[in-house]
Amino acid sequence: MSDFLSQFGELFASYDVLGAFWVNIQLTFWAGLIALVVGCVLALFRISPVPSLAWVGTAYVTVFRNTPLTIIMVFMTLGVWGQLKIQVSDDFPTNFFWLAVIGLAIYHAAFVCESIRSGVNTVPLGQAEAARAIGLSFLPAARMVILPQAFRGAIAPLGNTLIALIKNSTVAAAAGVATETSTLLKNMIEFNSSLIYAIFLTFAVGYVILVIPVGLLTTTLSRRLAVRR
Amino acid sequence: MADASPPRPSPDGPEAPRQVAGAALVSLRDVQKHFGDLHVLRDIDLTVDHGEVLVVIGPSGSGKSTLCRAINRLETIDSGTIEVDGEPLPEEGRALARLRSDVGMVFQSFNLFAHKTVLDNVTLGPIKVRGLSRSAARAEAMGLLERVGVANQAGKLPAQLSGGQQQRVAIARALAMHPKVMLFDEPTSALDPEMINEVLDVMVQLAKEGMTMIVVTHEMGFARRAADRVVFMADGQIVEEASPEEFFTNPRSDRAKDFLSKILTH
Repeated sequence: MSDFLSQFGELFASYDVLGAFWVNIQLTFWAGLIALVVGCVLALFRISPVPSLAWVGTAYVTVFRNTPLTIIMVFMTLGVWGQLKIQVSDDFPTNFFWLAVIGLAIYHAAFVCESIRSGVNTVPLGQAEAARAIGLSFLPAARMVILPQAFRGAIAPLGNTLIALIKNSTVAAAAGVATETSTLLKNMIEFNSSLIYAIFLTFAVGYVILVIPVGLLTTTLSRRLAVRR
Repeated sequence: MADASPPRPSPDGPEAPRQVAGAALVSLRDVQKHFGDLHVLRDIDLTVDHGEVLVVIGPSGSGKSTLCRAINRLETIDSGTIEVDGEPLPEEGRALARLRSDVGMVFQSFNLFAHKTVLDNVTLGPIKVRGLSRSAARAEAMGLLERVGVANQAGKLPAQLSGGQQQRVAIARALAMHPKVMLFDEPTSALDPEMINEVLDVMVQLAKEGMTMIVVTHEMGFARRAADRVVFMADGQIVEEASPEEFFTNPRSDRAKDFLSKILTH
């Protein structure tokens, strides 16, 4: 047993495990932030009374929700950077980090949009009618009456999207981010294959530690913030 | 931008001179509407004068709620014209929002903003639509809540109130916009019996104060007490139009006689 535990000591001594997880946390944070903003706008488009905006929202969700994340991430490097020569930063690692963030954000914005829309469906139609009846037009009614309630109803699905994003951040390896966990996992297996169980456990437990609080927090929040009717 | 309508008096400014009673405030001409195959509004011609209290009664499915909701365009109509204060209902957009702010609406299911306190429910419109300062809106809202008897609940969320209290808050919320006309869409139908009167009392008071009201209701007592005119609808049509006295004691149509015999004999 102590022999097995010492394997972890060996791994943590020779690899920057915490540093790798920190990269995934940063990827998740920035991608999540952008996805939340873009997803909100998309959700507004989809529920808006303007048919062309609704169409744009639906088209975006259909395209990006159904495209494999790996393809989007590879496209960010080979397509956006390689072919289109779009560069976010002159520093190589920074450049790929942000390309990965954008790729993750583009993909998850579709899921954020659908989560918020499911939250909108928890708001009774009468709320929108009452908002319109006192003279609020679409945007103010959405901002002050519909979305605040929709968000509270969308906390659980948004939490699911965040959990997926945390784990999907490992796909950043496909966008050339070399310092995050899945690349580290690959290196460990390549150079320390005798420690295979310890290696798997390290990453499995690491992600469980990251994800469980998110699940607990969103469950608590969605219960506490639920709109009483 | 052509904005032909005269500027509205600001709610906190001096009262606009009230228009002479007897002039049409709401008018519907040849209004038709279908829900699929169902002809819910048929040849509706109706005018409501300044200061008039119009009560619309009729069996379920007769189109009376649809009629009420069409007046602030929560329901669109297929053809015909609806005018409020001489202005035809505009298409969805800023002009319609402005018109709606002048038409108070009270719903069957209250529809108070569930995430806002009672006070915030009443001040939202005045602050965001009329541009009132927060303090002025609050002061006026407290006055209105006082008037409908729920001032002591101002800090609570709607779900903490009884149905009757919620509906009175909804009336205060509509009144806070200084509407030209108030629409009531079955305001007591979702209430427990013992709470109906507290809402009706507020409505009777409003009627006495000269508010123009269009009330869809099953409360015949209210119709007798407060209505200037009763409209009886059946199958999407206006079947009979009379003073309450006339309508209840001497209905002309068989449809109205049948309806009244069913609800008044018990």
